[in-house]
Amino acid sequence: MSSVETATISAPRARLNLSAIMRLPFIPIFILSVLVICAIFGNQLAPHNPTALNLGMALKPPGWVEGGSWAYPLGTDNLGRDILSRIIAGARISVIVAIYAIIVSGGIGAIFGMMAGYFGRTVDTVIMRIVDIQMSVPALALALVLATLLRPSLSTVLIVIAITYWSWYARIVRAEVISLKQRDYVALARIAGVSTPVIFIRHLLPNIMNTLLVLATLQVGQVIIFEASLSFLGLGIQNPDVSWGLMLADARSYITVAWWAITMPGIAIMLTCLAANLFGDWMRDTFDPKRRQL
Amino acid sequence: MWTYILKRLLHGLFSIIGASLLIFVITRLTGDPVAMLLPPEATEEMVRQMRATLGLDRPIWEQYLIFASHALQGDLGMSYRWEMPALTLLLDRLPATIQLASAGLLFSISVAVPLGVLSAVYRGSWIDRVGKTLAMAGQAMPNFWVGLILILVFSVSLGWLPAYGSGSFRHLILPAIALGSYPVAAQTRIVRSSMLDVLDSDYIKMGRILGASESVLVWKYAFRNAAVPLITVLGVYFAAMLGGTFVVEVIFAWPGVGRTVVEAVFARDFPVVQAGVLFTSVVFVTVNLLVDLSYGVIDPRARVNV
Repeated sequence: MSSVETATISAPRARLNLSAIMRLPFIPIFILSVLVICAIFGNQLAPHNPTALNLGMALKPPGWVEGGSWAYPLGTDNLGRDILSRIIAGARISVIVAIYAIIVSGGIGAIFGMMAGYFGRTVDTVIMRIVDIQMSVPALALALVLATLLRPSLSTVLIVIAITYWSWYARIVRAEVISLKQRDYVALARIAGVSTPVIFIRHLLPNIMNTLLVLATLQVGQVIIFEASLSFLGLGIQNPDVSWGLMLADARSYITVAWWAITMPGIAIMLTCLAANLFGDWMRDTFDPKRRQL
Repeated sequence: MWTYILKRLLHGLFSIIGASLLIFVITRLTGDPVAMLLPPEATEEMVRQMRATLGLDRPIWEQYLIFASHALQGDLGMSYRWEMPALTLLLDRLPATIQLASAGLLFSISVAVPLGVLSAVYRGSWIDRVGKTLAMAGQAMPNFWVGLILILVFSVSLGWLPAYGSGSFRHLILPAIALGSYPVAAQTRIVRSSMLDVLDSDYIKMGRILGASESVLVWKYAFRNAAVPLITVLGVYFAAMLGGTFVVEVIFAWPGVGRTVVEAVFARDFPVVQAGVLFTSVVFVTVNLLVDLSYGVIDPRARVNV
């Protein structure tokens, strides 16, 4: 058994020496850490209550602009809510959506991709046809159907993410497994009578883990933008919950008087996605050099 | 060649059937279709009639066949908000959406192609880095936010372009940029990497030895070949644009399919939503099919791997 396992082909591992540490993408890691800290400790960090209305303070510009106050560093929205506090509070939804997408879409995609690649024939055909079908309905369109049928909420967003985003993983994992299947150690394990679930978990999964992690990081930006788009349309997160997309929706009517209410939440989305994408690129280059094209 | 076309056609047909099945199952799983397909003020008589038309007492697969045969005859239900067939309504709005998506695609290509080619030719130079940065930024911004910022800068502050509406070329500029900014990154990457491959090939070296000018080599010989991978993914981007039009049309009050469907969601005009999604899928599959077929014509090697 162990002799079979040592034959596992693993991608070149990043050694933890000084030069490897120097090449870490510090800025993306910093931004993502701030995001996660905001998601966990948002209530303690926010200078104001993110949902408290204060009409006397409505539409105050950011601190550095004339007429602004440093009590509200990024200004206030039309209901006098502090924009910085709302951005901090909104980090939670983005992090929930991202983690959920990684676990659920990645999990479903990995299982179906492995099955399609490993069993081939009918199983492969059926799964890949389902992938084709799924890809022929745009995610946002599917979300519109669900939002009409169900009450729009975080769970609608999560359902659509589960239905939609797995297919990308499935396609790539399938291709990977098709080539892994040809390796001797998989064939030997099968001949040795190792059961299929064990082959999946012990021989295939460790080899596709790098690919899965890279795909997951590269997808974080996409799902965060997806959630923001749905919430912006009023089909995702609803008040009084806080989401960056929802903040933009609220600010839209005040575009002529409050540029900061439009700009700030968007910058939060952009920085998060930029950090996630850059981190994903670094992961890909480090752990999965085959996929430079992705 | 004909077997290839036939195979692709069957494949496309299958995807459309599958998409309709997916939408059908979701609608049946999550709610009472009668309540959704009829206006809230429907009478008892209308409800009974609708149940009979949909055959809700019959097995689910039979219900699907009824739904599909109606759909094939172009009957996707009546919009009760607009009081006209949902399909007619969508077909009315389609030209505006196609216009917007094409303009968006045109914008993204006209940025991505020069950027990708120059990044490849001057690899590692400042232009390569600028290209990478621009592309990264484009991919990190949601298109609705790009739209809002464009309105903020060009309509509110500078007053150069209209913030919403349609009817003239000036109305098209901002929504097209908002829609086209996202795929620039991926397209630039595709053009750059295929240009790098082609520039390294023997016939380009040969051309250089024979004394062809560098700009002729790059644009006439290298780019033509490097464009093939871009063409193959254009369909995918066009389809992605159709998805993106939902949000961008809402922001710019563009009178297309996307805004109609989003408004239908809020009016609980379910026939229009269902028809809109089915419609989007059919357009998506058809576009991809056409792209695949054209690829088969451009590059015969593609016909082998179906």
